[in-house]
Amino acid sequence: MISHKEISNKELVKEVYKLINENSHLNAFITLNEDSSLKKAENFDNNPSDSSLAGIPIAQKDLFCTKNLRTTCGSKILDNFIPPYSATVIDNLEKAGCISIGKTNMDEFAMGSSNETSYFGNVHNPWGENLVPGGSSGGSASAIAAGIVPAASGTDTGGSIRQPASLCGITGLKPTYGRVSRWGMIAFASSLDQAGPMARTAEDCALLLNEMCSHDIKDTTSLDENIPNFEDALNQSLKGKKIGVVKDLDLASLDNNVVEVYENSLKEFVSLGAELVDISLPNLSLSVPTYYVVAPAECSSNLSRFDGVKFGRRSQNPKDLEELYIQTRSEGFGDEVKRRILIGSYVLSAGYYDAYYKKAQQVRRLIKKDFDEAFSDVDVIMTPTTRGAAFEMGSKGSDPIQMYLEDLFTISANLAGLPAMSLPNGNIDNKPIGLQIIGNFLDESSILNFAHMYQTKTNWHMLTPEGVIK
Amino acid sequence: MTWETVIGLEIHAQLSTKSKLFSGGSTEFGAESNTHVDLIDMGLPGVLPVANKEAFYKAIRFGLATGAEINQVSSFDRKNYFYPDLPKGYQITQMTKPIIEKGSIKIFADDSEKVINITRAHLEEDAGKSIHDLFEGETGVDLNRAGTPLLEIVSEPEISNAKEAVAYFKAVRQLVTFLDICDGNMAQGSMRCDVNVSIKKSGDKELGTRAELKNINSFKFIEKAINYEIDRQIRVIESGDSVVQETRLYDSEKNETRSMRSKEEANDYRYFPCPDLLPVVISDKELQEIKESLPELPEEKEHRYISDVGLDESEAKIISSSKTMANMFEEASTKTNDAKLVAKWLVGDVSALLNKDNIDIEESNLSPENFGKLIERISDSTISGKIAKSVLEEVWESGSDVDEIVETKGLVQIQDESILVEIAKKVVESNPDQVTAYKGGKDKLFSFFVGQVMKETQGKANPKSVNEILKKILN
Repeated sequence: MISHKEISNKELVKEVYKLINENSHLNAFITLNEDSSLKKAENFDNNPSDSSLAGIPIAQKDLFCTKNLRTTCGSKILDNFIPPYSATVIDNLEKAGCISIGKTNMDEFAMGSSNETSYFGNVHNPWGENLVPGGSSGGSASAIAAGIVPAASGTDTGGSIRQPASLCGITGLKPTYGRVSRWGMIAFASSLDQAGPMARTAEDCALLLNEMCSHDIKDTTSLDENIPNFEDALNQSLKGKKIGVVKDLDLASLDNNVVEVYENSLKEFVSLGAELVDISLPNLSLSVPTYYVVAPAECSSNLSRFDGVKFGRRSQNPKDLEELYIQTRSEGFGDEVKRRILIGSYVLSAGYYDAYYKKAQQVRRLIKKDFDEAFSDVDVIMTPTTRGAAFEMGSKGSDPIQMYLEDLFTISANLAGLPAMSLPNGNIDNKPIGLQIIGNFLDESSILNFAHMYQTKTNWHMLTPEGVIK
Repeated sequence: MTWETVIGLEIHAQLSTKSKLFSGGSTEFGAESNTHVDLIDMGLPGVLPVANKEAFYKAIRFGLATGAEINQVSSFDRKNYFYPDLPKGYQITQMTKPIIEKGSIKIFADDSEKVINITRAHLEEDAGKSIHDLFEGETGVDLNRAGTPLLEIVSEPEISNAKEAVAYFKAVRQLVTFLDICDGNMAQGSMRCDVNVSIKKSGDKELGTRAELKNINSFKFIEKAINYEIDRQIRVIESGDSVVQETRLYDSEKNETRSMRSKEEANDYRYFPCPDLLPVVISDKELQEIKESLPELPEEKEHRYISDVGLDESEAKIISSSKTMANMFEEASTKTNDAKLVAKWLVGDVSALLNKDNIDIEESNLSPENFGKLIERISDSTISGKIAKSVLEEVWESGSDVDEIVETKGLVQIQDESILVEIAKKVVESNPDQVTAYKGGKDKLFSFFVGQVMKETQGKANPKSVNEILKKILN
């Protein structure tokens, strides 16, 4: 539309802010970047740019540091934090022409699967009253589903891009660990965190991923590998390509509808020429317990810097140093964050390290080995993304284990460092649900290829909640 | 009852890299508070460390010089604890795979040689500084030092007394300065140490319970702290109590150690591998290049000074004991054909001045260049040895240039023999009684005449020439 001059960049950005206002009940944004965005749009109008994403309004998850723009990570402890620098992902997207409209709501420090742990309130799923959007990138997913923005950034430590994508009926990709620089991402679990694109279609995800990736010397875990043009493989034929179907998945524990939706999409892929191959991931059932040792351990250390000394919120009038720490952190962190810091501190403590953390790292290597073996036979692996469609707010609040099991299918890709996507593949009771495609190491292209071909044949990704303009 | 002491040292040597261990922040000492702090040093949310290879190269130099094993793959761990000058709430250190393991170093104490084994030497980042006395009722934090690379050198518990501990620390300091990996400046905190002390009954195999003395930064205090601690532990045990495992702080003003925290209160540091840093790999080529760049080490220098230059063992030992001293010797030796003369000055007058002021050569006003000039002027007979002594004293006080002092004070030796003959004649004429006595057999009076001539010339005469001239006149 922009290139055909049907609408100016500035008009488009104004429209985005209008939609944000009209959808304020979704609570998808924590901080807006209106003045700067309008200026940038005006600049594009006056000096047309040929950058690949020039003028595209994008919502940024509030976990990325944005220079001179408040970055809270969904936490009270950072409600006054204005970073003096921007994350590499933000720089890369803005260099490509994206306009960062605002910062999206999220579970506090990305710890949650329903966006109910945010200090800034729940995000609502536009698909139904009182439905959660999933988490932790719930604001990003909700904003896209509501048609406010065409694109958003997300981060995924155990499913935080894919699970909300599934629950909001959009497409989201977690790249290979190390594809996207972690510089400027507020760390939750450093060995699992990875940023990725969220959009309506796989094609849009490819365009965004092209710009998000870079080898960054500021992040030693960033991979110095060839970055393909992710659009190139989108339209390849799926004929003869192999889909791994995990026979160890206990589908019996799932909602019947979920199984049906899943099996229907496999059939769709077969009709596109792909073959189904049974594969075994024998250690898959250990993913959730392994994750809930590794991730809290890393988070307990990563979150130590929030101590009220240098930045962020500081408790008033502590009587001594100890009280400064205790009060600042007691007041500043929410329950879920505290729970994970406690678990993490426990599993790393003297006498328990070997039994928990060390053991979990060993299991992690086994899980990765399972995937390595599976990918010697197949191009991609498919599973449902979630155990069901969006659930009601508060419905899992009292039982953290139920919430942790939300990530049953997504966690293993993080533990193995593999790329994985969720794309809409059905509706249950007028609520969307997603299919997960896991790819081999560095092979985002195959995932995007399968997803794009599926989206040329199906319409699930085009469904919108009532009242949302396509 | 006789007691044996068992001591182990953990020396922290600040590596002299330009930038910090995990950031581009400057390591320069003495800058205004919080001006050498970048995003990473501050531990801002979202920042990531990148390991500084230069620090590894310097650590490896130490490893090679102590005959240690170099771990070509080493990794970093996090040591978690809260303190205001620790910006991230954890210190990045090498717990499981240190860069250096199993080295050794020779020490000399009580006139005998002993080898102290080095368990490990690992890289870690320094913390910032808490400033308690600047703000009423508040503590300031200066993060300039945060992230500065340290090499923590851990000895085996093989040190038997305070003197040996000091000798060991001195040997390590000598080595790191020779290797050019640490400036060895203890006043600025470039080298500090923690001392583990325990005692046991003579002959007992099992070690006693140890106390750790924290953060001692002078040779004098190491010795005093250890001796105090040994006495304290003996007192405790002999009075029927037992030593508790704890960290103790040495108070140099009161000369005593005080309990800081007991084992029960000690932090559980919850070490785990730092997920932000991949293991650091040193290639064979890098290792080879470091090997080839190693300088001549103190022991090698000492041997060479004895066998090639012809110095006495004691001279060679003193001169090779510090990098600056050795540099002075080598630089000044190029200005003369008489290296023994250079050694004589260093071991004699220069060392005497050092002892008098109780300082190290690096802290003195005497630069290697200036010392070289002094030797050159003695060798080319511009000044006499006596004058040279006073010039050295002046340089010692002011640091002024040797040639400038010689020129402005007119200290150039009298080269014209006829002038000396005139002066000598005058001295003989004006002391008839002494002449008579001398001629009557009082040979010792000859030095009286020499002294008088030197006095007349204000020391500017060459004593050898004066001797000859006087002999001619008097005999």
